[in-house]
Amino acid sequence: MRIVDVHKRFGGREVLRGIDMTVRRGEVVCLLGPSGGGKSTLLRCINHLERIDRGEIWVDGQPIGYRLRGGALHELHEREVAAQRRIIGMVFQRFNLFAHRTALENILEGPVNVLGIPRAAAMERGRQFLARVGLADWANNYPAELSGGQQQRVAIARALAMEPKLILFDEPTSALDPELVGEVLDVMRALAKEGMTMIVVTHEVGFAREVGDHAVFMFDGRIAEAGSPEQVFGNPRHDRTRQFLAKVL
Amino acid sequence: MSVDSGTGTGQRHQPLPIVPLRHWGRWLSAAAIVVFVLAVLFVLGHADIAYHDVPTFFLFPVMLEGLWHTVVLAVVAQAAGIAIGLAVAIMRRSANPVASVSAAVYIWVFRGVPVLLQLLIWYNLALAFKVIGIPGLFSVSTNTVMSPFVAGLLGLGLNESAYMAEIIRAGFNSIDKGQIEAAHAIGMTPARTLRRIILPQAMRVIIPPTGNDFINMLKETSLVSVISYVELIQAANNIASHNLEVMETLLAAAIWYMLLVTIASIGQHYLERAVAGGTKEAGRAQPLQAARKALATMPFAGR
Repeated sequence: MRIVDVHKRFGGREVLRGIDMTVRRGEVVCLLGPSGGGKSTLLRCINHLERIDRGEIWVDGQPIGYRLRGGALHELHEREVAAQRRIIGMVFQRFNLFAHRTALENILEGPVNVLGIPRAAAMERGRQFLARVGLADWANNYPAELSGGQQQRVAIARALAMEPKLILFDEPTSALDPELVGEVLDVMRALAKEGMTMIVVTHEVGFAREVGDHAVFMFDGRIAEAGSPEQVFGNPRHDRTRQFLAKVL
Repeated sequence: MSVDSGTGTGQRHQPLPIVPLRHWGRWLSAAAIVVFVLAVLFVLGHADIAYHDVPTFFLFPVMLEGLWHTVVLAVVAQAAGIAIGLAVAIMRRSANPVASVSAAVYIWVFRGVPVLLQLLIWYNLALAFKVIGIPGLFSVSTNTVMSPFVAGLLGLGLNESAYMAEIIRAGFNSIDKGQIEAAHAIGMTPARTLRRIILPQAMRVIIPPTGNDFINMLKETSLVSVISYVELIQAANNIASHNLEVMETLLAAAIWYMLLVTIASIGQHYLERAVAGGTKEAGRAQPLQAARKALATMPFAGR
């Protein structure tokens, strides 16, 4: 995945001012930084939930939101963007499980209705994904009957069921009670070990240090500092990084 | 603060008697209402109404025909209203400005003109256009097509569609944006997101006001009597014009309306239950229990 000079403004405020970044297959990149720094916006731009105003975002050789033809990027119809998003999973801060569907049905929704996999086959795979996040016994419960940690694990299974090449995590543990954070991080840790490509917006410095291949510190719409976690956390060069780390550690 | 261990020190504590609050106001108001109801019954009893004729009129063939016409018109007009309203609501929230502005103008027109006036316009359409059709394809005489039923269906159905569009739009707006983003994130197209994620959840918000509108529709069909469609009121008038028992026939029609509305309310209750999946209300009460509960609360379920 390659991000080139991405800009994004909301109203008059420029929230992303020239982001460049490359993520290789199998890498785990953690985005950190103060709120309002543009981390979540960048993540939402990667699967085109937000339109970028300038720059390019390439995932698996495709320019997201566009088609390359005759040396120009042609804007895609929503339908075509939807097809591009199949290879990009996303996990939200507020879980966003479909409230009218059970845990298993949440997972089936994509494979059955988007990928067109026969229901019976998808059901079997769906149960495997649920088992993988440790919720085999909760298949028939509605989201309202699950704890936050369980909901987030179902949400991860829902993203996995699309067999994506990249998963975006938007502060996956920020809405959870402290004692439930661990179970979600465990699932993410296991995913990283299996070689999933992940971009994680998080405040969990411990997780970023242990699991991340790269840590990227964003501040004020720009990348202030990027490098290996040991370097960014152990020997920060930027003042803002130091101030931020002093607060969260 | 001190805590008395209560072991031997001091005298044995006698619990003090408690005198419940006397609700004098309740007794007084209940008495007043009983007196009022008795007075009304006394007045009605001495009114010049042949009550024993009401059951006869209630089941008169003309009355039953009117009942049938009322039900058919209300159901078909409501169905048309829901179908068109859904389309207009989808257009209204479309990113396409042409669709969204057209929908807004549609709602503005059909909600803005009184339904009685709309009925009269449709019924008298022949005065403006002798024939209707598409030039070169087909054409028919307006007078043959614009029967009282068709005019009633157009007037009530189109008016209702404007209201349904707003109800359905409110339902769409009630869905958390996160649900839509999650659907997009797993690669759903906007159309599929609407069908599989938004609409099913919006039903919870859409059903109650739609039931309300249908109950209104059952009664609004009475307006169609002015363009000589024989529904319940027109039927009552027809009977009365023979035997001059106006109050008796109107009473019979009133009882039919109450019955229809009661049935519609019970149906609404079941519909609401059916779309409550994934929520706390989705309790699995037995159908009979639900019916009993619905009946018990019906007279007060005023909306």
